[in-house]
Amino acid sequence: MTTVEKIAAWLLAILWLSPLLYAFWAAFHPPEFATTFDPLAPLTLANFEKAWGYAPFPRHFLNTVILVTMILGAQLVLCTLAGFAFARFDFAGRDLAFALVLVQLMIMPEVLIVENYRTMARLGLVDTILGIGLPYMASAFGIFLLRQTFKTIPRELEEAARVEGCSWMGVLWRVYVPLARPTYLAYALVSVSYHWNNFLWPLIVTNSVNTRPLTVGLAIFGAPESGVDWSVISAGTLIAVAPLLVAFLLFQRQFMQSFMQAGIK
Amino acid sequence: MRHVYGWLLLTPAAILLVAFTHYPAVATLADSFFSAGTAVRPSRFVGLDNYAALAADPVFWQVLRNNFWFALGTIPTSIALALLMALWVNARLPARALVRLSYFTPTVLPMIAVANLWLYFYTPQIGLLDKVAGLFGAPSHNWLGNPDTVMGCVIAMTIWKEAGFFMIFYLAALQSLPPELEEAARIEGASRSYFFWRVTFPLLMPTTLFVLVNATINSFKLVDHLFILTKGGPDNASNLLLYYIYQVAFSFFDTAYAATLTVILLALLAAFAVLQFQLIERRVHYR
Repeated sequence: MTTVEKIAAWLLAILWLSPLLYAFWAAFHPPEFATTFDPLAPLTLANFEKAWGYAPFPRHFLNTVILVTMILGAQLVLCTLAGFAFARFDFAGRDLAFALVLVQLMIMPEVLIVENYRTMARLGLVDTILGIGLPYMASAFGIFLLRQTFKTIPRELEEAARVEGCSWMGVLWRVYVPLARPTYLAYALVSVSYHWNNFLWPLIVTNSVNTRPLTVGLAIFGAPESGVDWSVISAGTLIAVAPLLVAFLLFQRQFMQSFMQAGIK
Repeated sequence: MRHVYGWLLLTPAAILLVAFTHYPAVATLADSFFSAGTAVRPSRFVGLDNYAALAADPVFWQVLRNNFWFALGTIPTSIALALLMALWVNARLPARALVRLSYFTPTVLPMIAVANLWLYFYTPQIGLLDKVAGLFGAPSHNWLGNPDTVMGCVIAMTIWKEAGFFMIFYLAALQSLPPELEEAARIEGASRSYFFWRVTFPLLMPTTLFVLVNATINSFKLVDHLFILTKGGPDNASNLLLYYIYQVAFSFFDTAYAATLTVILLALLAAFAVLQFQLIERRVHYR
């Protein structure tokens, strides 16, 4: 690798990081320094205080945390059961059912916003956190991933457990689930980041502070019409992305590997 | 017994999948043949009237064109950048982990937050882009308010957001290439560019095709940023198909027409899925 290339690689890295670095600059300095880069500018936390006061961030945080936990919990249970069925039970219509599951990989719930909104209205789930999460709980990706993992587990382990008197559920819980732990971790990371960042469907199905997740709250807060200045918007944006960003910095390798698995499928 | 167990295990997931994927897909298709019902006028069967309206709707054709330009603007550049990034962080580079981290970070940020940050760059006069242009004596420019530049702004931001994500697939592919190839090439005295174009690039072809299809599908699903940056404007210059569906359904309340537009989107996604499936089946390899 030539020196020119090394410098180019670093410059691109700086360019790639610059929007985020700028957000940090604007958020931690008084508004009058938002567009002038004076290294001696005083540091301040006032922007964070203002942002925290302008939008109901604690409530949005709570909503997002409830949302991602609820979705992940339901996904883990539903996808484990379905993945186990596809991997180890040779039931009638299995291949057709599996093909129908895979359809969801192509048609994500956000494409069907019109009909799904109508369904939520019928169920009385408009403007509820359950309403945001429900369409995502049976995840084709999760079912697919767990089916693949369960299929690699040797049948002998299962037979040994059966001989010891384990029930089907016992086999699933004591043999399959523990051995699939890396898959669960990868899936959980992807699911949590996806739903922490998801916007379109939550925007449509919620209409009050009590249910809106962070992304929707941030969109309302950051809209140019709201008249809030850049420093405060930067602070608000950082507040909203901080938990995920910190988690990413701590577990970089797992994140990248999980995202890759998610993409390759 | 295995039939009963199999179906019992599958039932909870199957109910939700049918309710929120299969049923709405079929209902969307059905709705596209009916008029939008109101309190006084119930919806009635109108055959292909909605499709005729669609063919005559200049905005529909514009968003389709926009989607095409958006895809063409984002995909080749982000794939090329992704490959370059992967080659760089796969080589011996000081502070390599930090560089890789910088490239990948945009991937974990929500599109809404990203749009908030980029909106500042594009703001006339006080925005960073205008400031830099001002240093060279260029006049102030309303980047997002001008139909000629707005798409370019959206494309630039999307490339920034996506390139690092595609990079990790190239990185994984590069790491799986046998190191003997490079040694052999070095012994033979092949130049680096010769080695790249004759050996590495062809071997990465499956990854490139895979990323290409995924990027294309993404370009039809990615609309969050429009809510912050442009709202599809000015004059629909940056509007995309999914955002237009949202507008028709939830701002104009024309659910029948929104269903018709959704059918077009579903047809496009299905076509790409078939393409993807065929690529996986064929396993493009040059060995």
